[in-house]
Amino acid sequence: MTGLTMKAGIWLILAILAMLASALAVDSGFAVHMVIVALAALLAMMGTLRSADWGGIARGILRMPDEGHYDDDPVRWGVIATVFWGMAGFLAGLFIALQLAFPALNLGLEYTSFGRLRPLHTSAVIFAFGGNALIATSFYVVQRTCRARLAFPGLARFVFWGYQLFIVLAATGYLLGITEAREYAEPEWYVDLWLTIVWVAYLAVFVGTIVKRSEPHIYVANWFYLSFILTIAMLHIVNNLSMPVSLLGSKSYSAFAGVQDALTQWWYGHNAVGFFLTAGFLAMMYYFVPKQAERPIYSYRLSIIHFWSLIFLYIWAGPHHLHYTALPDWAQTLGMVFSVMLWMPSWGGMINGLMTLNGAWDKVRTDPIIRMMVMALAFYGMSTFEGPMLSIKSVNSLSHYTDWTIGHVHSGALGWNGMITFAAIYYLTPRLWNRNRLYSLRMVNWHFWLATIGIVFYASSMWVSGIMQGLMWREYGADGYLVYAFSDTVRAMFPMYVLRAFGGLLYLAGAVCMVINVWRTILGHLREEAPMSDAAFDPAKDRPITQKPAAVPAE
Amino acid sequence: MSSFAQKHKKLERNVTLLAVAAFAVVAVGGIVEIAPLFWIDNTIEKVEGMRPYTPLELAGRNIYMREGCYNCHSQMVRPFRDEVERYGHYSLAAESMYDHPFQWGSKRTGPDLARVGKRYSDEWHVQHLIDPRSVVPESIMPGYAFLAKRELKAGDMTAHLKAQRTVGVPYSDDDIAKANDDLFAQADPEADTADLLARYPKAQARDFDGNPAKLTEMDALVAYLQMLGTLVDFESAAPQEIER
Repeated sequence: MTGLTMKAGIWLILAILAMLASALAVDSGFAVHMVIVALAALLAMMGTLRSADWGGIARGILRMPDEGHYDDDPVRWGVIATVFWGMAGFLAGLFIALQLAFPALNLGLEYTSFGRLRPLHTSAVIFAFGGNALIATSFYVVQRTCRARLAFPGLARFVFWGYQLFIVLAATGYLLGITEAREYAEPEWYVDLWLTIVWVAYLAVFVGTIVKRSEPHIYVANWFYLSFILTIAMLHIVNNLSMPVSLLGSKSYSAFAGVQDALTQWWYGHNAVGFFLTAGFLAMMYYFVPKQAERPIYSYRLSIIHFWSLIFLYIWAGPHHLHYTALPDWAQTLGMVFSVMLWMPSWGGMINGLMTLNGAWDKVRTDPIIRMMVMALAFYGMSTFEGPMLSIKSVNSLSHYTDWTIGHVHSGALGWNGMITFAAIYYLTPRLWNRNRLYSLRMVNWHFWLATIGIVFYASSMWVSGIMQGLMWREYGADGYLVYAFSDTVRAMFPMYVLRAFGGLLYLAGAVCMVINVWRTILGHLREEAPMSDAAFDPAKDRPITQKPAAVPAE
Repeated sequence: MSSFAQKHKKLERNVTLLAVAAFAVVAVGGIVEIAPLFWIDNTIEKVEGMRPYTPLELAGRNIYMREGCYNCHSQMVRPFRDEVERYGHYSLAAESMYDHPFQWGSKRTGPDLARVGKRYSDEWHVQHLIDPRSVVPESIMPGYAFLAKRELKAGDMTAHLKAQRTVGVPYSDDDIAKANDDLFAQADPEADTADLLARYPKAQARDFDGNPAKLTEMDALVAYLQMLGTLVDFESAAPQEIER
């Protein structure tokens, strides 16, 4: 009890400090953020006290044999958070896609202009949707593969709620114009510090659970989760080194400048892709694909080789974002060479996933969840081929600064990260809420096709718009002058921007199916529907032949 | 089973070994690629003319970052014939040596801005920022009319310059002491700017937004845009390049 009072006291002190900081803030954005922090601290205090009154007693009396079950509360919250932030991120994406086609949608307000909403979209899908999916699945997977409960249950809850506070601070910051203006690392110094604390807690819970495992071996999925958590910590801390202007203000200046800042940022940026969106999601693949397919992983040795080569090579690939810039040529070439080599371990992961279906390929026809996983791996393979190709300097000279990059990123994000996450959510929801099955498998099928067709529209319109714009920029006429003004290229892209938004709309529609499906599964509803597949059976034909046809003489 | 898989079992059974090995493997790339940039001299070749931003330019740059201009505009001209013709001399590393953070960008939804300074009039910039489609009908840029109405509240520029000096920008004590005065003087046609212009060569001092009575966010942003790419004199460097 004293421990709880202590904890509540700490939260209260934190809330008071945040209110003080808000009152003394040098800019209004920082003041707003400190009010949010204070509210979060008060909520945490109330949560702490409530658990003393109700949760603790209830757990003590009613749920003693807790030790016999996995600690799945943070996983359940994480699944809901993933679905929620996913919708927020997809909506923001569709809105800014429409803004590019119809600029009047910027509404003339500073809070709704493309420049502020674009980081909101990228952070919402990468860090809020992807991050919650990673934290929730890692807590689920590490318990099952270690046959042990989470190591520090209180800390695990802190990780979940602390991460949500990070998301809220980052997102409101973008709308208020609080940003470090470096792509995918936009949150300001104090939000970065908060994320560092949460991340260290996350590492402690994850490693602690592995330490108390009952299985002698650490399963391959956990290697990927571990390398993802460690590497993101390294990248986040180094890339966000900065000097605050005031300890009571939001503004800071990056510790590095110009060319060094550029390479540090893309070393971070590319490995946010490499470790957040690849290593972490490969960990999901290594657990959920074998589970859903009911087959063991195809090759143990391949997983060793591709794990170590993937994490070694990825780190080097950052400079391919800086081809032909003022970055020294040796660094650009090094980045290109490693990016091309990266193709191999990436496909190693894809092959290991796809070949796991050996002997269960019929499930692609009958099980829409498996179909999503297979499509995710196919898109993973496609975008990890496209990536090395785009990193070749001569290709990059055309593609860089154009929509081709945007299309490439989205075939990876929508196809690989999105699809594998949806599949994991469909796998987890009935199990976490003790339901016999999902509300509707046919809705999963709808989700699959809406998402797939959406990605096709998205990627192909961006290929056309990117290559077209790249070629128009460098088009010379017979007179030796540039043919097109920049504005001509903008006008030419309008139809492609409309098609891209249409693709995004389809993808969002698929996600709406998921929201309904997950919601009703949690409520325990079951949709009356014909099963996805069955051997053909027609009662009318299930009869003996009574009238023998007249025998036809042989000729 | 081969021996390498047997040896790997050691890592698989010990989380400390696994974590240390994984961390060592991911650390290599960054150390080999990034660290040398800090000590190899020719990473940033010295050029004449580079200087830190004036307080007003810095405030304008902070607005540029706040509004997320970097999402659609690059500041990095690549050494290609069409880019050099369209935007001007390709960018040098030295030109962003005082940029904390860099703003090279990764996407050109709008054109490159590395050398946009002095290409258009102040009036054009103000009109374009208020209503982009009134001057470029094809533009898909959001309008920023609020910048012209809003008074510039950059905060204490002394603190900003001090923070910049901490991370390596060579502001003098004099620059820091006068930072708040410089902020107002640069956009005030009545002010005596001789000292400011002596400390910040090639700085442009005038009213930028067409409203001399008030120092607005528009003043700061246009002051920043009008200085982009104007510090290094490529005219004088050009003959040397041809001789080589």
